[in-house]
Amino acid sequence: MTTAIDFAAAPATDLALVPGTVVLDEVIGERGPWSGVVAAGDVLTIVDLYGNQAVDTLFYGAGDHAKRYSAQATIAAQGNIFLTTGTVIRDQEGDPLMTIVADEVGNHDTVGGACSQESNTLRYGHHTRHQHACVENFLIEGSRHGLGKADLVGNVNFFMNVPVDPDGSLGIVDGLSAPGKRLALRAEVDTLVLISNCPQINNPCNGFDPTAVRVIVTRPGV
Amino acid sequence: MTTTIADTGTTAGAREHARAQAGQITDSMPVVPASNWPNPPADVDPAALTWAETVPGGRYTSKVLARGTRLRLHDVDGAACAHVLLWRADAPWERLNVADTVKVPWQAYLGAGHPLLSDQGRVLATVVADDSGRHDALCGTTTLAGNTAKYGDGHVHSSSPAGREMFVLAAAKHGLTPTDVPPSVSFFHGVRVDEDGSLRSTGSAGPGKSVDLILHLPCVVAIANTAHPVDPSPTFDTTSVEVLAWRATADLDALLAGVADTEPEYQRAVANSEDVWAALS
Repeated sequence: MTTAIDFAAAPATDLALVPGTVVLDEVIGERGPWSGVVAAGDVLTIVDLYGNQAVDTLFYGAGDHAKRYSAQATIAAQGNIFLTTGTVIRDQEGDPLMTIVADEVGNHDTVGGACSQESNTLRYGHHTRHQHACVENFLIEGSRHGLGKADLVGNVNFFMNVPVDPDGSLGIVDGLSAPGKRLALRAEVDTLVLISNCPQINNPCNGFDPTAVRVIVTRPGV
Repeated sequence: MTTTIADTGTTAGAREHARAQAGQITDSMPVVPASNWPNPPADVDPAALTWAETVPGGRYTSKVLARGTRLRLHDVDGAACAHVLLWRADAPWERLNVADTVKVPWQAYLGAGHPLLSDQGRVLATVVADDSGRHDALCGTTTLAGNTAKYGDGHVHSSSPAGREMFVLAAAKHGLTPTDVPPSVSFFHGVRVDEDGSLRSTGSAGPGKSVDLILHLPCVVAIANTAHPVDPSPTFDTTSVEVLAWRATADLDALLAGVADTEPEYQRAVANSEDVWAALS
């Protein structure tokens, strides 16, 4: 008999993919938002505690919110739609914000964007209008930093699997992640990270069961 | 070219000189009124034209268009790349959402029948005709730094202007800021995704290809005609795009009448646009 590892209780130093002094260690509850500034050189490890939990993420310059993530600049620069180790997270001018330095999953999506109450009515029907959605999390958490609707753009969906078929068919399919899978991002500049721990229950992006994730920031070499 | 001027040393002479310049016809200009466009589509009443303009490579344009407008982009010489953005004219905080535009219809590649969706679950425009098939909703447009690295310059006043620079200008002319410039789509330069996720440029379908859009809601339309970010050419070769628009409420009515035969996500997007329009009208 094997005993499941309790990734929520494990010491942060054991889970951080890049060793260093732990400067932040928080659990993002299911369905909720989170934000934090990762200083240049620090490394953010995101832990998919219970498996197949989409982590919708946006990035802004911490000192200049006009610098914001661009999915299009990011994938055009690397010539591939999938994000994994080596991917440089770029802003709208193509400048680096963060770099993925470790990844235990293999690929992450940045084409599909965030779920919203409004788009849910198209995707699943108007009865889903009052289900909580990622854009609600982005708007309410972003507002605490002075960000508004115009600041929201297509995001990264960590731990979410979105293949494109030869005929262009694309869709959110069963995830490749599993309990305890992690990835790590090194900040190239001071970066405001805005997360919605996706509440979607109408597709497999959260295994139809939104769960908590954990964020750990380490400062290497200290 | 140097022109000999009789006298621009006086206001009268300068005025005469200025006025003598008008009336020229070039291959890179708007025609005003649009009904004077020299070769309107055979099935379109010239009086219905609301926009007729040739946009050279490396230039941009924008216009507010009414619901029920049909917008035709025409790749004259086969090397246009029309990057397009839409904002709802009566509520410009609602704008094109490229992620929803590919996710909701379960289709990454733009073509006839594809909706251009807003961030509020509504269709702003539908692609209703397309004989090119070489388009892209994944890579967006070019940046100042990117074009500087690739061509030596990306400023608007250079010979290789970046798309985002031009979108910032187009947006500004409608009271919008750089923050209001979201991810964009582009027409006439194809990109495909291989199984491993890599992006492959499929380039142009050749000269004389067109794409038609029908607007479901009044929109600010911005068009930046500049080389695609994954264009493999090391030189800036973008050629003109012709922009024609005309009042086509019958085309929108026909689209609405046939919506029951379309995909369910599209039906609901159309219904949401009709819903907001009905509440405003």
